Amino acid sequence: MILPMLRRLALLFIPSLSLLASCQKESQVDKATREGILIVGNSNEPKGLDPHIVSGVLESNILRALFEGLITNDPKNDTATPGGAALEVTSDATATVWTAKLRPNGKWSDGTPVTAHDFAFSYERMLTPELGAKYSEMLYFLKGAEDFNKGNTTDFSNVGVEVINDETLRLTLRGPTPYFPEILKHYTWTAIPRHVVLKHGKIAQRGNPWTRPENIVGNGPYQLKSWRRNHHIEVERNPHYWNSSNVTLNGVRFLPVTNPYTEARMFRDGQLHSTYGAPSEVVDLMKRDHPTQLRQEPYVGTVFYRCNTTRQPLNNPHVRQALSHAINRKAICDNVYRGFTPAHSMTPPMGNYQPPNIAKFDPDIARKLLADAGFPNGKGFPRLKILIASRETAATLAQAIQAMWRETLGIEVEIVNKEWNAYLVAMQELDYDIASAGWIGDYFDPLTFLEMWTPGNGNNLTGWNNPAFAGLLKQSFQDSDLTHRFKLLHQAETLLIEDAPVLLIAWQARNYMLHPSVEGWHPLLLANNPYQYLRLVPGHRK
Amino acid sequence: MIRIILSRIGQGIITLFVLVTLTFFLVRAMPGSPYAEEKAIPAHALARMKAYTGLDQPIPVQYFRYLKNLVVHQDLGDLIKKDGIKVSEIIAESFPVSLALGIFSIGIALIVGIPAGVIAAVRKNTSIDYSALAAAMIGICLPSFVIGPLLAVTAGLSLKSLNVAGWSSPGDWILPAITLGLINAAYLARLARGGMLDVLNQDYIRTARAKGVAESRIVIRHALRGGLIPAVAFIGPAFAGMISGSFVIETIFQIPGMGQHFVNAATDREFFLIQGLVLFYGFLIVGANLLADLAQITLNPRLRKA
Repeated sequence: MILPMLRRLALLFIPSLSLLASCQKESQVDKATREGILIVGNSNEPKGLDPHIVSGVLESNILRALFEGLITNDPKNDTATPGGAALEVTSDATATVWTAKLRPNGKWSDGTPVTAHDFAFSYERMLTPELGAKYSEMLYFLKGAEDFNKGNTTDFSNVGVEVINDETLRLTLRGPTPYFPEILKHYTWTAIPRHVVLKHGKIAQRGNPWTRPENIVGNGPYQLKSWRRNHHIEVERNPHYWNSSNVTLNGVRFLPVTNPYTEARMFRDGQLHSTYGAPSEVVDLMKRDHPTQLRQEPYVGTVFYRCNTTRQPLNNPHVRQALSHAINRKAICDNVYRGFTPAHSMTPPMGNYQPPNIAKFDPDIARKLLADAGFPNGKGFPRLKILIASRETAATLAQAIQAMWRETLGIEVEIVNKEWNAYLVAMQELDYDIASAGWIGDYFDPLTFLEMWTPGNGNNLTGWNNPAFAGLLKQSFQDSDLTHRFKLLHQAETLLIEDAPVLLIAWQARNYMLHPSVEGWHPLLLANNPYQYLRLVPGHRK
Repeated sequence: MIRIILSRIGQGIITLFVLVTLTFFLVRAMPGSPYAEEKAIPAHALARMKAYTGLDQPIPVQYFRYLKNLVVHQDLGDLIKKDGIKVSEIIAESFPVSLALGIFSIGIALIVGIPAGVIAAVRKNTSIDYSALAAAMIGICLPSFVIGPLLAVTAGLSLKSLNVAGWSSPGDWILPAITLGLINAAYLARLARGGMLDVLNQDYIRTARAKGVAESRIVIRHALRGGLIPAVAFIGPAFAGMISGSFVIETIFQIPGMGQHFVNAATDREFFLIQGLVLFYGFLIVGANLLADLAQITLNPRLRKA
């Protein structure tokens, strides 16, 4: 009785399998190219689409399509500051008071005009303490913003945001900020639709459903078309976008592919126009087989090790410098982090800022410094621990550095591997000796790499407290002369590297794959490529 | 009969309660925090975020609040890291995907595993038997994170009609279902072979042979029913495991199923999601056991008095 039943089942299953298999002929990329839709790997499901709540790179990739700030990204030039929602943003002579003239034809995707009130509302919402926006620090450039956000004052009129009329917004900053247009590109400075947010809840209410797919309204070149969690997010043309006639790409589909190897296979199989990343093994393979589709571009990110300067013997700068001089950065970039460049400063070169060239591999100096610190040839040096999170490359890097220190300094270190969350908590509680870390710049200015090392900053996490460093940064906040300001930052960074609370290792690169049908995708240091100017050209076969 | 059913339901509720309580306290005993991020969250914002999810309260208060929401409002709570999303939404979205994949995979496991085991038993100690056994052993030993990518690279990349990953067209079910199905097929084949060998050595089979009954009839009509009992016993729990999703299969093939949430919720310290998933899984198991008990009682009158 069972066998005939099985036979019948098999008869049902096997033809249906082959039928299913024969359904698709054209690859998904070919079809999407024909339809003008870009398919990108976006590494994970976003934590949300509220620009005031989220804080990650993958979220910003989607927000860039849905929202547009006063200033927007240029497709080719990192330092260009083209007007977005604003026609122009101008400043007074001290670069402290900025006036934004909004586009008269700017509209939300539901057709409502975008006004200066929307921007003022957005900044008030983000800074209102009850919302608990974790990235509110990005708005501290505004005069009085920090006090309002920390609850020292409850009157928003003390914050430097002023609506002159529907089309004019005046922003008064805490001090001269000549690079302010760069800051304005960041998604925390975009407007969200006041009328929609208030329709679904109160101004500072968390969990406000205004970003749900059925509710969300934006002012960017695209609007949300569909969202299936852990499957895809697709955006389509926003017909009300002020520049919609010049938008060449019809839409973008973001796939939350977490496994980089799966992502690479999907690219090879014609399911993705671009990948989020490429693991080292895949980089080697692509270099051999499809070198033109592999992209290796500098990125404003730094890989480094934090030293816990509150612990013996790492409280001795000589020890930290010795460790730094014993790291062969070139060997690491050649063998562990493909495409990365040896870091000789915290800030990667960006724009006109040339960071100090200090952190170097020099075994003789390293040995001398360690001897000066009282550990000749590593004698008597305690067994320190390198804290890493359980990720493949972090382990390889730690092993490489462990070997370099053994060879050059004659010291032994131990590698402690913790699960990601436990690693973060250990670092935040200063419960480590040396910890692997990385930092990606938020905006195109060295400050994004330097401000974190001021005492008391939540991202310092080294216990390092240098008043001279903090003083120089503070001085730079009052400087409206760009060249002089960079000089101050250069001095501050020199102090940081010489004192070595961080051991610099490499400047990051972005390794990813790009399908040849995509045109107009230029390398950008912040990788904030605007989608609307891209073109998809059919007829490319792999 | 009704008393037995009621007592089984009562036992089930107690089991679930213990499960909920244990999970609640265990997840909070883990080191780490749902709010640990690479970029530190400022203290004043962190305080507001904790107040919003109720995690600023003492643990006993959190526990009774959770129980109250669960019992009174049937509410599993919200996600901590994703604003305004309910745990029940996540389960409702991902479970159907895992269920579909699970059913498809168990189908493949049955079609491949049972005939392989039966044929191996009938052709005992021949090359067919040995090769089936060897194949099953390989199937059991090779983990899915090896079979999956191998299938994706060989079949997915070379056959234009199959996608290496994704969950958009019905064709996308094939590779993950084969990966998940083959492992279980291997177990089924071994169990079916063992069960059949047992039965084929019994007296009543010898009697049938002595009477001159055709071998195919002996296997199909007389041996199969008894011989498949171990395999059938295995299918129940295996099925429950398969429909609740598999982290490995889902990440290899980019499937929006439930298995990934089990792992990610733990690493992300999404307390309410872990609790919700464990409760849901517990509910499935308790429900399945209850049904199995009821089926046995219906089939076997002697159990009704127990």
